[in-house]
Amino acid sequence: MKRIFYWLAAITTVGASLVWTFAGGNLGWTKTSDVVKQLDPVTGIEGITYHQAFHPGVDFLGAALVLAAILAAIGFILPRKSLKKAQ
Amino acid sequence: MKTNITLNSLLLLLCLPAANLKASPETFDFKDPKGVNNAVFQLDAPLESVNGSANGISGTVNFDPANPGATTGVIDVAAESLTVPNPLQKEHLHGPNWLDVAKYPDIRFEAQSFANVKTDGNITTALVTGPFSLHGVTQTISVPLTLTYLPGRLGDRVPGMHGDLLVIRSQFVLKRGDFNIQKRHYEDKVSNEIHLTLAIAGAAVKP
Repeated sequence: MKRIFYWLAAITTVGASLVWTFAGGNLGWTKTSDVVKQLDPVTGIEGITYHQAFHPGVDFLGAALVLAAILAAIGFILPRKSLKKAQ
Repeated sequence: MKTNITLNSLLLLLCLPAANLKASPETFDFKDPKGVNNAVFQLDAPLESVNGSANGISGTVNFDPANPGATTGVIDVAAESLTVPNPLQKEHLHGPNWLDVAKYPDIRFEAQSFANVKTDGNITTALVTGPFSLHGVTQTISVPLTLTYLPGRLGDRVPGMHGDLLVIRSQFVLKRGDFNIQKRHYEDKVSNEIHLTLAIAGAAVKP
């Protein structure tokens, strides 16, 4: 049982880090939309629209690391006895 | 008698173009069918930067190309249309602790008087003064404005329509504290200064 929690903590840490890195490594807050600017040729005004997109930020990474720490702590707290029972 | 009628008709015909030249103010509607009109806001605090925009713009402006200094009008921004890319930030921005958009749904500026009016071709710059309402507080402010009059260009923008366009651009700074928005709170994360950039186009439809 202890081992399961340690594995879950490791998977959460690595998974969240990979998602965060491959989604652009955004150092700001998580964004769920992208700003798209389009120039109106008659007026010269840059129109702004938002398109749905997910860019995890440091809050996403932080939340995942906190979750991993909780999972690891649960694994640490669990008595070795339950590990033996599981085996 | 016949000569008199002909002469009168001729005089009337000659007077018509003169009457047209003495133009009256045109009313421009800023409800943009293309959804391009926008106001951009930027708050740059020591710890955080908040950037967003609003596109729920409406209002009317009375503009006389022969006398741009006499321009008057009202521009409204729907507070609910203020958007930032982070959903939690947007929720806080709209919530009761900040803009409280449910209670104060409109942000409004009324152009009442123009000063330092300079016109070069179809571009007019001026300092416009009037009441600005935000978060239930109204303050009289003066902001620099650039008006670009584009006669007969509405059809280029919206096919099938005839009329003129008026483009208004402005950049100015407000202090959220002046409008009782979390006055003197969280200034390390949410700047007291709000940098606003307005770029909007209005249309005066002609038959």
